[in-house]
Formats: sequence, C-alpha cells, structure tokens
Amino acid sequence: MSEGIQRIATAFASRRPAAALMPYLMGGFPTLEESRRIGEACVEAGADIVELGVPYSDPLADGPVIHEAATRALAAGANLAGVLEVARALAPRVPVVLMCYANMVLAPGAEKFVERLARTGASGLIVPDLPYEEADPVLGACDAHGLALVPLVAPTTPPQRLARIGARARGFLYTVSVVGTTGERAARAGRFAGVLARAKAATEVPVALGFGISTPAQARQAADAGADGVIVGSRLVRAAAESPDPAAAVGALVADLAAGLA
Amino acid sequence: MSTIEHRFGPYGGQYVPETLMPALAELERAWLEAREDPSYRAELDGLLRDFGGRPTPLYYARRLSERCGRRVYLKREDLNHTGSHKLNNALGQALLARRMGKPRVIAETGAGQHGVATATVCALLDLRCEIYMGAEDTRRQRPNVQRMELLGATVHSVDAGARTLKEATSAAIRDWVTNVADTHYVIGSVVGPAPYPALVRDLQRVIGDEARAQLAEREGRLPARVIACVGGGSNALGIFTAFLDDPGVELIGVEAGGEGIDTPRHGAPLTVGGRAGVLHGALSAVMQNEEGQIVEAHSISAGLDYPGTGPQHAHLRDTGRARYAAVSDRDALAAFRELARLEGIIPALETAHALAYTLGAADSELDLVCLSGRGDKDLAEVLALS
Repeated sequence: MSEGIQRIATAFASRRPAAALMPYLMGGFPTLEESRRIGEACVEAGADIVELGVPYSDPLADGPVIHEAATRALAAGANLAGVLEVARALAPRVPVVLMCYANMVLAPGAEKFVERLARTGASGLIVPDLPYEEADPVLGACDAHGLALVPLVAPTTPPQRLARIGARARGFLYTVSVVGTTGERAARAGRFAGVLARAKAATEVPVALGFGISTPAQARQAADAGADGVIVGSRLVRAAAESPDPAAAVGALVADLAAGLA
Repeated sequence: MSTIEHRFGPYGGQYVPETLMPALAELERAWLEAREDPSYRAELDGLLRDFGGRPTPLYYARRLSERCGRRVYLKREDLNHTGSHKLNNALGQALLARRMGKPRVIAETGAGQHGVATATVCALLDLRCEIYMGAEDTRRQRPNVQRMELLGATVHSVDAGARTLKEATSAAIRDWVTNVADTHYVIGSVVGPAPYPALVRDLQRVIGDEARAQLAEREGRLPARVIACVGGGSNALGIFTAFLDDPGVELIGVEAGGEGIDTPRHGAPLTVGGRAGVLHGALSAVMQNEEGQIVEAHSISAGLDYPGTGPQHAHLRDTGRARYAAVSDRDALAAFRELARLEGIIPALETAHALAYTLGAADSELDLVCLSGRGDKDLAEVLALS
C-alpha cells in the first residue's frame, strides 16, 4: 500500500471505534498565510485528516458559503501554487486530502498535477466534478504516485453504480449525506443510517459522511449512525469569514466537534 | 434502441457532481425512447407547427444581396413564436420533462430568449418554471425579464462573478443538484454534460432540415456557405447539421469578438484557440487562465457573452469541417442597424454577429444565414449606445 493511502488508513484506524474528524478549509481564505494557521489550529484541536479546498472560479458542488470564500480567496490572489504550499506545511502533521475541481486537475494534465501534489506530501485528492466515468486518467496518476483518489457517492447513486464506485475507492468513500450542494442544514440525522449502510456495504475502505453536517450533535449522530469519518466544511468556513481571528474561531469549533465525537 | 454521443472527438463528457449522474442517465433513456416514439414526435411536430409557427420562412434578402454582391438567404427563426430558435429546444425538452414526470423546470438564460421560450412552454404545459439570469443581463435585457414574469416564471437574478450567462448556468446547475428529484433542467444550448449537447442539437436540427428542403425547392441546389452566430452554439449546430455530410457546403460559426480578440474582452474561445477545458460539465474550447480558472467573457450581446462553447463545435473546428471567426461589438452594432434599414428586419444582437460576417465576407455563390432571433429585446441597449 502506498504512503498516502497508508496514512489515511492509519488515521481512521487510530480513532476506531470512534469516528475520525475531518475538517474542510478553503486554501487561501481569507489569505494563504491565515489558511495555513487555520489548518494548524484544526490539527491542534483534534483533526484526524484535513481536507484542503482549492479555490475555483466555478464550484458547481458548493453552496453559497464555500463559493463566496473561493471567490474572495481568488480576489485576494490565491492560486494553486500557494494552496499547495499550505498542503506542504500541514502534511507533516496530518494527512492532507486536496479538494480540487476537475478543470484545474486537467489543465496541466492529470499526471503533472498529481505528481506536483504528491511532492507536497499530501495523501489524497477529491475531485467533486469527476464522476466514475471520467476518472480513469486521474485514478491512474494517483495510483502511480501513491495518492488516494477519493470518490463521492450521493443518495441518488443507484446500488449497482454504488458498488462500482465503492470497489474502486481509495483512502475512503466520501458519502454525501443529502441531495444538494455543500452547506449547513437543519438536522436530517434520521437519514444518515440508511445512507451510510448503503455506502458501507459497497466498499472495503472507511466511509466518511459529509455535506450538511455542522454541529457537534450532527457529527455525533453521523458517528452513531456508523460513519467512520465526519466531514465538516461550510460551518468552519463561515467562522473563518466572520471572525476577526479565523484560526482561533475555527480551532474552537473543531475542538467542540472533537469533544462530541470522543 | 440507438445511442447518443457522449464525446465528439476528445470533447464532451460528463464532468458533474455524482448527485446528477443518475438524472443524466434518466434523461438519456427518456430521450432515446421519446425520439423513437411516434406519439412524442407527433405532439412535438404539432406544437412546433401550430404553437410555434413552423416551418419558418426562408427569405431571399434582395437588398442585402445587392449590398453584398451575392445571393443571400435568411432562415427566419426570428419568426418563431417567442422570437428566436430557442423555442424548438424548449418545447422538446418540456415535453420530455412531462414524460419523465418532473413537475418543475429550471433554465439558465443570457439574453433572455431561452428563458422566455422555457417560461412559455411551461405555461403551455402547466409546469412550474424558475429561470436563472445574471444580474447584469436582467438589466440589459429588461423586456425579457418582464415577459418571463408575465408568463408565470420566477426569475432569479444571479449576483456572482460578472453576473452574466456563466454564473446563471452555474446557479441553475446548483439548483438542479439540490432539487433533482422533481426538477428537469432545460439547458438552452448545445453545452453541458452528455446527453445535452446531442439532445439539444437533435431538437434544433429542424432549422437546417427545413432550410435545405426550402432552398432545394427555390434554387434547386445546396448553399455554398452557411453562416450562424455561436455562443453555446445551438442555432449554428441546428442549421449546420443538415449539411455536415455535404463537403461542398462551407460552414462558418461567428463568435463574439467583443472589444477585439487581441484583448481579453471577447467571447471567442473557438476562434482564439488554446487548451481545452471543462466548463459546465463538458470538455470543450473555453477561456481560462494558465492554472485552469475560467475567465470572464465579454460581449455586447448577452447571448454570446460566455467563455465556453458546445463540444461538437470544438470537434468541428479541429476536423476542419467548420470554420470559426469573431466579429467585434462595433461591427455587430453596425450590422444590427444595417439590416433594419436594408430589409426591415431588426435582428437580435447575437444574430447581428452572423450578419456582420456576411456583410464583410469573401464572395460566394449562395449564402444561407441563420437569422436566429429578433432584436426587440435589444432596442434600449442599442439606443443607449448611440
């Protein structure tokens, strides 16, 4: 097993039977330097894996909070090179999984992009607009460089398709909890168990639940419903947008989430 | 059952969030069944005729021909109900939405022509309708906003980015991701993830099929050259498709040159060239920076103000079957005025790009131009510029 995939597996295993906490942060938001500090605050507050977003001009899977953060990060001068430096700074302390839209991965060519990402010490890659049918070139490159290409499944994904995606998952299976874009939502925890059971039956890698999870109570419910990992994004990005001290604000929320999962 | 293209050479594909993949498969199945179903075809053809006004006339433009020094025919899509070719596609897709049992329809619109066409067919078929339109476009195409609202649609003004067609399309796709269970997304051009580029082309090819037969009857021959404007490119593919297998017929797509293709302020990804990229679910010609951020387009015409284009156009360009050129804002405005004076036809600003190209083109034996829409919507904007 290659190094990135191994690090992710170890991060999940070391938390069992509890669920791994996987905060998302937007690289370059509000600035590159501050996003690095936010990432470090996440690690200190108990993050097991950090999901690092690359700001993109047209983020189709994202709701208003993350879309706005991406727009502001780009306006503030963030670029891929800068976000990869954030990954490089965090990677010695925590497995980093980059979340990046397909056009930025394909622009230099998947092989070049993945090689560059691997050199930062990151462990994996999530491409939210690269479904199973389009993933081969990126999966091949990730496998060659020891990075986990983490696929997504949704509540709309039918069983046979879920099995195909699950069989080819690396690192973990990113399970979208709701039909919709990223963003905070009122508790729909009653649905978590069904979504998670379907996903777990379809794969041998850990299953992480994301989209619409923002509070410690929801994180706890996701873990109780069987999630191996819990991803929290928009709530943390909103805190980074609203607070005069983004790293402290995000760190405090991550600590609360960690306490909820302990 | 036959199949439908997902790729055109290297272009096309389905670069969308996983949530939408089952809906795209459902749409593809529904279309493959519907197009073989005589009752669907009969209902669509009946509505195109009795509600839409098809076949649209093929008009020999005498004074324009004299001005150009060659014979020029105009395919009068401006005489379609709602004033553009957009109705052809909106009718076909709204009937599909009903067939799939989806009571809610969403659409993006730039100039507002596709939004008006979609709002119109939703009124006709009693479907709920919500339209996404960039805030800048709701300003410069105000009459179309009023028409959509009168027709019972809800118009969402989109404030992100440059507040034009790209952001409206992104907002519509996010709505679809959220409401996919009961909603059909009526995409307005030959763009987006498969099966949309082929589906919309199939619904628009009636333009070229009619024109080919009409010209054969009038002139007993094929056109030497077919000219159409290209934003996403649906009227162009609609008229090109009937002539793709006739190598003697030259096909010209005219993009928005904006303030000039040597500046960043244009909407001409096919003409300018460069690396292909993914926008709104398909790999195609796209305006982007070095690291793959999509850049904003510019055109005086809201319908061509788009940094991407249909994947089949990119393939037709690469294979040399079609050629693409750009016309500036200034030349399009001049052609807008010139056609009004010469022929008593006020064209849409989008269409005026194809007319400007025609006015300045090299000689040919017979030009066929797609007059894709009428320009009433553009009057305030054009008069404010003079």
